[in-house]
Order: sequence, then C-alpha cells, then structure tokens
Amino acid sequence: MKISAFHLMPHRELPADFEQRYESVWVTPPWWELADARRVGQYYNWTLDELLHAARSGFDGLCTNEHHQNAYGFMPSPNLMGSALAKLTQGMPVAIVQMGSTLPTSNPPIRVAEEYAMLDCISGGRLVAGLPLGSPMDVNLCYGITPMEQRERYREAFALTLRAWQAREVFPWNGRYYQLANVNLWPRPIQEPHPPVWVPGSGSVSTFDFAVAQDVCYCFLSYSGARPAKTLMDGYWEVVSSQGRDLNPYRAGFLQLVAVSETDARAEEEYARHVEYFYHKCLHVPGPWFSPPGNQDYRSLLAMARNPVRRLENPKDLRYRDFAERGYVIAGSPATVRQRLEEEVVKGLRVGNLMLLVQIGSMPHELTLKNITLLAREVLPHLRGIWDDVGWVNHWWPRGLRGVASAPMARATAP
Amino acid sequence: MTTETRTIPVWQGQVHMRVLSKGRGPAIVFFHGPWGLAWDPFLDELARSFTVYAPEHPGTSSGRPDDIYSLDGVWDLVLCYDELLERLGLSRASFVGHSFGGMVACEVAAASPGRVTRLVLIDALGLWRDDARIPNWMLLHQGELAGYVFHDADGEAGRRMFEPPDDPEARIMARVGLQWAMGATGKFLWPIPDKGLKRRIHRVRAPTLLVWGKEDRIVPPLYAEEFARRLGGARIEIVSQAGHAPHLEQPEAVARLVGDFLTE
Repeated sequence: MKISAFHLMPHRELPADFEQRYESVWVTPPWWELADARRVGQYYNWTLDELLHAARSGFDGLCTNEHHQNAYGFMPSPNLMGSALAKLTQGMPVAIVQMGSTLPTSNPPIRVAEEYAMLDCISGGRLVAGLPLGSPMDVNLCYGITPMEQRERYREAFALTLRAWQAREVFPWNGRYYQLANVNLWPRPIQEPHPPVWVPGSGSVSTFDFAVAQDVCYCFLSYSGARPAKTLMDGYWEVVSSQGRDLNPYRAGFLQLVAVSETDARAEEEYARHVEYFYHKCLHVPGPWFSPPGNQDYRSLLAMARNPVRRLENPKDLRYRDFAERGYVIAGSPATVRQRLEEEVVKGLRVGNLMLLVQIGSMPHELTLKNITLLAREVLPHLRGIWDDVGWVNHWWPRGLRGVASAPMARATAP
Repeated sequence: MTTETRTIPVWQGQVHMRVLSKGRGPAIVFFHGPWGLAWDPFLDELARSFTVYAPEHPGTSSGRPDDIYSLDGVWDLVLCYDELLERLGLSRASFVGHSFGGMVACEVAAASPGRVTRLVLIDALGLWRDDARIPNWMLLHQGELAGYVFHDADGEAGRRMFEPPDDPEARIMARVGLQWAMGATGKFLWPIPDKGLKRRIHRVRAPTLLVWGKEDRIVPPLYAEEFARRLGGARIEIVSQAGHAPHLEQPEAVARLVGDFLTE
C-alpha cells in the first residue's frame, strides 16, 4: 500500500481562550488580532521542512490542500507548496499529492489543469491530482459561489479538466458555467493519459457515486477516525460493486490522525494538548456553515434527515484519552499505532491509499519531526506490504512509482 | 371560500408552478419570501376584496424540488414569471411581494412595466448598502430564524412559520422543506442579495407602496428609504410591533394599508 504524509499548515499558537472569544476558526477569525506575517512565514517553512523530512524518511507521498480565510489550515494555494516540494524531492520516489486545488473556486478552472500539468512536469511525472469539491466554508462563504451551483460547477470543471489534459486538438468549451473558445493547455502532464485522480470527500453519497462512475480513487477525509467511517466506507464499497467495479483497495483513500512516541504514556505526555487544540480550536466552526441551503441536493438532504450520520459526541466535550480511545487519533507506541492502523483503518475500511496527518494543531516543529521519524521507521515498513501480497495494482498512483520499494535509510542521506 | 390550487407548466415543461388562489375582485399576485409559501391570515384578508394569486417559487413546490436547476439566474426567473402570468391570463395585475418575493416582484415590474398596475413591497430584498449589511439568514441555525424574522419570536406568526410539527415524518419534511426553500430562493441571492435590481428599478412605472416592519433585523427600515429614493414617489409605511414579516405579525393593519393603497 501507499502511505502519504498530510499537512494542513495550521496556526500553531492560537490563544488558550480562542474558542470562547471568537465566532469561528474559519471565514471570520481576525488576522490582525491573531496572526503575524513573519511568524506565519515560519509556519510555512516548517510545513515544507516537515513534509520534506517525511519524503526523506520513507513516506510514499506528500499531501497538501486548499483552504481559505482560516487558522485551521491556510494554504490558499496548495500548488505553491507542491511546487516547492516537487523541486526539493527531485529524484526521490515520492508522489506529490495535491488534495488539492478546488475546481469551483478556480476561474476558469483550466487554471488547475495548467498548474497540475506544471507540477507533473517539474516533478518528472510524480503528481497525484486531487480534485476536491471544496468545503462550503471555502467555496460558498469565502469565495461566494452559490451553494446550489457548487456541485454542477464542479462536475462541469472536472470534465473540462480531464478533456483539457488529453485533447489532441484545440477545442471549444461551451458549458453552462464556463465558456472557452480555444482550450489548448500548455504544458500537458507527463503522465498519460493523465495523472491519477483522487476525489476527496467527507461522506456524501453523491460524491461516492461520482467517484465510482469516474473510476477514480475516493478519499474519505475524516477527523473522527475509522469507527464512524465504517458505515460510510461500507456504503462506498457497495456502490463500487453495484457498479461492476473490482474491489481494489486502492480505490479508497483515508486520512487518519496519528501521533507516535516511545510508549503509550509518553505519547499522551507529548501529544495530548496538541490533539485537544486541534479538536477544540481548529474545528471551531458554527454547525450551519457546513451545510448552507442548496449545498446538498434535495434527496441527500432528505436521506440525511431520515438517517442522520449520528453525531456521536461534541468533540469539545472530549479530552485526549477520549480521542485516542475512540480512534479520532491513533496515538501511542509504535506497536499500538501499527496494530490499530492495520486493523481499524487499513483492513477495517479496505484502504490502499492511506494518508496520515503527521502534524496536529499546535504540534511544534521538533515534535512533528519526531512523529514523522518514528512513523517512517517503526510503523510504515510493517504496513506497506498489506495489499501487494494479494496482487492488487495501484492504478491511482504515478506509474513510475508504483513498484518502488521504500528505502528510507538510503533516502535519509539524499540531498 | 376555499383556496384553489392549480399547477401550471412553464419553461418548456421543466418548471411546474403551483399557484394558490382565492377571492373575488381585481387581481393581486403575491410573491412569497425565502421560507416558502403558506396561506396566511394576511392573504385571507386581501381575498375579501381581491382575487389573490400566490405562486410557489420554482423548486419549493412539493414533489418538484429539482425544477430549480432549470433556472440559472434572475433573467430566467423573471421570464418564468412572465410565462406564468401569461398562462394565468393576467395581462395586468397588482403585485405584492415580501422579502425575496419583493425583489422578484420588483424585477418583473422592471422587465414588464405594463403588466403591473400597483406595486407593494414588504421588507423587500434586492438592494445593498455597505453601511447596513443584511445578515445571511441561510447561515443561522433553524432555531434562530424566528428571532430574526419576527419582532416577537414566540408569537403566533413565528410559531406558524417555524415551529416544528409534532409528527416525526412531518417534522422531517418541514425541516427539509425549509432548508430547500432557502436554497432555491438563495440561488438568486447568494452571497450578497444585490443582483442588479439597482440598474433596472428605474423602469418600474407602477405607483408603489413600501411597507416595512419597524424592527426588521434582516432588511432594516433604512432600505425602505433606499427603495423610495430609486422609485420616485413611492410611499413608506412603517409598521410597529413587527419585524421582517409585518404582514404576518400585524395582518389586519397591513392588509388594510395594502387594500387602501390598491384601491386608491
């Protein structure tokens, strides 16, 4: 299987009473009260260094993503980060996984196709093209896209992107939302017919259907671990088989928070406050902002109202031990983390493309490096062979990197 | 007298418009707000002296949620209403619009000035001032809505519009219906409810009455002046003990104001 390091690039030093003092971590947090540009420059550089460390330590891929106007994770352009990483990992067998640029907020959306093609060229064909729908906070609240149009715009832009990468002729696009008389991308990606596509989601059934119909990898970005994801992922695999696709585990990606230390007790000592910071501050958003009217279609609304995805608990009421015990974060000694990742996530959900959130909330740079080192050395080697022994091929990974075995020690000395 | 219901296909059959009507006398077309249409005491009052036609906004009619995807913007919506009025045989009528419906009534009046005899706008959306920002009700918890829409959040009108029914299935349908009504109307308002009416409003020729709730927390009474400034000669009536829906909180008083104006 393939295991990537995921980074949100959060604000790491929000005030202790942040969630009492401010309405939201997203859309409206006041920059001038909460942040400093020079310090934020340091965060960006730490983020790049941490991901580079992951590459050198033996992770298979590096994930960045797009969000706007927030302290939860503020890479408004993940491709700026991806570009630096593509250059810094030149010659390494590491995928640049953009999770990614948001089509409905890019106008015209071929901008994403162009930048991804650039990244594929710079990286020598190591791009994974994540094509997310975008969160309502980003797309509807920050970027002003009408909720009811978001999915329609996304689907149109998705079709345009795939065609723009592959078309041999200059073509006109006379769409409902986008009109371009001469589509003729420069550059085109190295990978043919196009870079592997991942579609991230947060459990919406219509996104499942779309991912399966398009034959791409569906990635569930969950912050509550594998247990509540089980029903959803089972639903995904049902859709996969009902549409006559094979049950290749690489059709599924999953994001899991992880925190490793020498022992379980030490992990609690080192990571507890950073995990609580993440759940209490970084996810501090008013509930209705997650589903503005029209963002979900009528059928999904009705399905959700009839069978609510049971909100198990309010994360603000939980503490580190609850998060760890319930699997929101898989934390502890290498043995604990190996075992839980394998049982709960990889096998439990049938996941081939695993993403690990290696920097959580306020986790400082040094501790993040330690987390990455221990994961790469003590955990990854035990998981990596899981699906390969059964012969599944990861069609959703850059072809040139599919067969590459990890050699972390060799890479540790790479430039 | 009972309320009649009929469904009229427009837009090449892609939009089925459900129209409630009642009463006898000159025709009034009532355009409802972002929370859907329910026949109410205000419409009953009007129906004593007028024939009231109250169409449901596309997408908000039971069983036809996806109709809304056939309309892309204000121009489509205005033409959709033009077709509807044609099919109803209403070459001329008075328009009464509340909130979002006020904006729609005004847009239709600007597009076809000859169709409208008199125009009444009740706490209408459609204009924007940076110094009086309109809060986005679509981002509130459903439980908070009554407090924004009504002066008396616990009053009868507020309960009628927003109180969840007891029956579990009815409760689900009400919650989903309310959310969808906000989505289907919000399609023409997001993210700022100013879609260019200010460039078109000068075309309105009908004498206009502006009725505003004194305590409107969504579109404050300042906007009545903004509309009046752009509609030369429009009269303003401020209704006390009322928020964003004065016709629901003070139905007799507002029906009297409207009735007197329409028969002047």
